[in-house]
Amino acid sequence: MTDNVVEVSGLSRKFGNTQALDGVNLTVEPGRVYGLVGANGQGKTTLIRHLLGLLRAQSGSVRVFGLDPVREPVAVLERVGYLSEERELPGWMRISELMRYTAAYHPRWDQAYADELLTTFGLDVSKKVKDLSKGMRAQVGLVAAVAHRPDLLLLDEPSTGLDAVVRKDILNAIIRAVADDGRTAVFSSHLLDEVEQMSDDIVMIDAGKVVVEGGLDVVKEQHQLLAVQFEEERDTMPAIAGVVSAERLGRTWTIVCNGSDDVAESLRANGGEVLKSRTASLQEIFVARVGHDRVMAEA
Amino acid sequence: MQIEISLQDGVPIYRQIVNQVKYLIAAGKLRTDEELPAIRVLAERLSVTPNTVVKAYGVLQTEGLVYKRQGAGTFVAETKSPLARKEQKRILTQRTDALLADASQLGFTFEEILALLRKRHEALNKGKSGGGER
Repeated sequence: MTDNVVEVSGLSRKFGNTQALDGVNLTVEPGRVYGLVGANGQGKTTLIRHLLGLLRAQSGSVRVFGLDPVREPVAVLERVGYLSEERELPGWMRISELMRYTAAYHPRWDQAYADELLTTFGLDVSKKVKDLSKGMRAQVGLVAAVAHRPDLLLLDEPSTGLDAVVRKDILNAIIRAVADDGRTAVFSSHLLDEVEQMSDDIVMIDAGKVVVEGGLDVVKEQHQLLAVQFEEERDTMPAIAGVVSAERLGRTWTIVCNGSDDVAESLRANGGEVLKSRTASLQEIFVARVGHDRVMAEA
Repeated sequence: MQIEISLQDGVPIYRQIVNQVKYLIAAGKLRTDEELPAIRVLAERLSVTPNTVVKAYGVLQTEGLVYKRQGAGTFVAETKSPLARKEQKRILTQRTDALLADASQLGFTFEEILALLRKRHEALNKGKSGGGER
């Protein structure tokens, strides 16, 4: 038994012939913000649904607060706040009714906090959910997800399709949960800038596998972006260990690599001149790791 | 406290906060014993995780630029402490090395670098006197 909020080990899941998750390991420590990144359909939502106990592990194990969320859903979900892209809220309810309804499920519901957030967002609680704009619905969903002050916030693509103002509300709710109460958040997003700004740790998922994981600063320091120029134009890069991706523009190659010193050394040995070397952005690491096609499809 | 985060140049966010607070102190925009924003407030303003601000304030504290008061907040320290000065020199040495490396790569002579430094110094000073205090 540890204090980790989430422990996933060797989690695999198939839907028909599709391998949705493939041997995923994940440890979530308390008091940190985890950014889950990956293109659509690569396994982010499937992973989150396992954490919520909505899917049973086909192989491997899932523990949230040390418990199996499938076997002990009440004990786990009491302490979890969940917001998804779909925001399935009952349209016929007034906001006030929805708050009472949600509160009934949560012994730790903090009505004063809920009221404060509703006021901050400028929401009229007598309005029915179906009459709200998309942004307002996201705000209501957010209040419902955080007002019981959950130990773990799970946000699945919370920002998708929202304007900057509501996105900021969501980010602030995460910040507040972590800053004031030392709680933990896991949020998935394909907005890499947002993840880069808002995560302590990142988990990059591709084709059901975790391809990059760790503290954001560490991951960024490990990945360098080099601009290299060769004496002569060449069609292929020399094979060098640590090079994750290479893209050519004339005689200059832009390289994303792991462990820059050795790579730069090898490049020089191959007649390359390193023009520039800097820390890669999350976007650049993502493109290098996951490939162009998916990112383009995403945009 | 005016701080801006950029994701363009790959500098870790906590480092950007550290650098900009240092600049604000050096430029006199933050004075000795002035309180820095609370962690949550700055995190919300910049849309970064609170841990990033904690890390930045921690680095600033280690470098002797700020101090923490139990139960209160984070405050600007006396800037001329020898530790801070030593650290400042170390940072500037790194930057200078990088500048010299770039300049040599681009074929600038040492005299040209000096001339450029003087020119930029004058340009920046002009900007400062024009901008005035907040």
